[in-house]
Amino acid sequence: MQRTTMDLWVGLFVMLGIGALLILSLKVGNLGTYGAGQSYDLVGNFENIGGLKVRAPVKSAGVVVGRVTDIQFSLETYDAVVTMRIGDHYKFPKDTFASILTAGLLGEQYIGLDAGGEEAMLKDGDKVMLTNSAIVLEEMVGRFLFDEAAKVDTDLE
Amino acid sequence: MLKRIISSIRGIGHHVIDSTWRLGYASRFFILVLLKSSTSLRRIGLVIRELYFTGVLSLIIILVSGLFVGMVLGLQGYETLQKFGSESAVGALVALSLVRELGPVVAALLFASRAGSAITAEIGLMKATEQLSAMGMMAVDPVARVVAPRFWAGVISMPFLAAMFSVMGVFGGYLVTVVFIGVDEGSFWSQMQNNVDFRIDIVNGVIKSCFFGVAVTAIAVFEGYDAPPTAEGVSGATTRTVVTSSLAILGLDFILTAFMFRGIS
Repeated sequence: MQRTTMDLWVGLFVMLGIGALLILSLKVGNLGTYGAGQSYDLVGNFENIGGLKVRAPVKSAGVVVGRVTDIQFSLETYDAVVTMRIGDHYKFPKDTFASILTAGLLGEQYIGLDAGGEEAMLKDGDKVMLTNSAIVLEEMVGRFLFDEAAKVDTDLE
Repeated sequence: MLKRIISSIRGIGHHVIDSTWRLGYASRFFILVLLKSSTSLRRIGLVIRELYFTGVLSLIIILVSGLFVGMVLGLQGYETLQKFGSESAVGALVALSLVRELGPVVAALLFASRAGSAITAEIGLMKATEQLSAMGMMAVDPVARVVAPRFWAGVISMPFLAAMFSVMGVFGGYLVTVVFIGVDEGSFWSQMQNNVDFRIDIVNGVIKSCFFGVAVTAIAVFEGYDAPPTAEGVSGATTRTVVTSSLAILGLDFILTAFMFRGIS
């Protein structure tokens, strides 16, 4: 075969390959939403994070505004320290409430941010003071049974 | 009785020493190919010629199989997910299984049987017809002139082929679930993009296919170069290439997966 036609085919092949990689990263993957722009970190202490995992979404009013980047256990306060990376164009007031929620009945867990009313905004590295732990099903069932038992006791009296 | 036991133990020892020797020989040959690669990088035309034979001519089988694998994944995934009322997650299922596992692995298996066997047969026949010795007589190093370009062409084309396989698979899944069955198009793509991470899923898939490319072509060129110079020897070497590289791909895949995806959701 002629050298030039072979070059043409190989050039086409390489271009197709690079195109496939681009489609994979932009259309199939989340590179497009990776926040190529700036972002800032927020920290929150949670008593119990349930099944929260790194890379779980951080949502506010249902909109994904960032992701969980790190989860550590604190030996000083004996609770979980969760680091969240929030997109730079999403600013939240100082008294924002962070809670761990579950998508659907058995879905994945995510962090929901409820904006407060304060004027001052959270900056990079700030700590979210108001947090709400994950709801653990066993604890809830246990509390329910305890309450029922107490009610039966008072009824008997 | 005792003699028979001793001879069977000797048989085991012989087998182990033989295979260890062969493994060492193969590794030394691999290092030799790497050391002599500078010629093929300087004469890039040789690599381009081999890229045509290993890469471009494998395109059809890779693209068509990718399409069908994706279509089957979409169909089966839909059937199962629909029972749990989460058929919108079928996009994520198809994309994750393709990008993480099926793309690199199946593309490498096809590549081993399509291009790897051809490389082995070509080099083996060149050896059987004494073309390699003739090159040596003319002071042309057969490893640098014949083996290294084929090796590099295989290593370069493997990630591209795997990426194309995955893209065709995703397209096939889209075709079956969205166009034919009628899953919502928006949730198909958004679930996919929410669940496929660039760093963890796509980059790791590409790294996997690079490993597979090195393994398949290294085995193929070694088997060809090592083939007994007879018709029978070449056919045996071709079979061994396909068997050994398929096993190597699946074994490597397990090890790489264990390193890459352990502890991630």
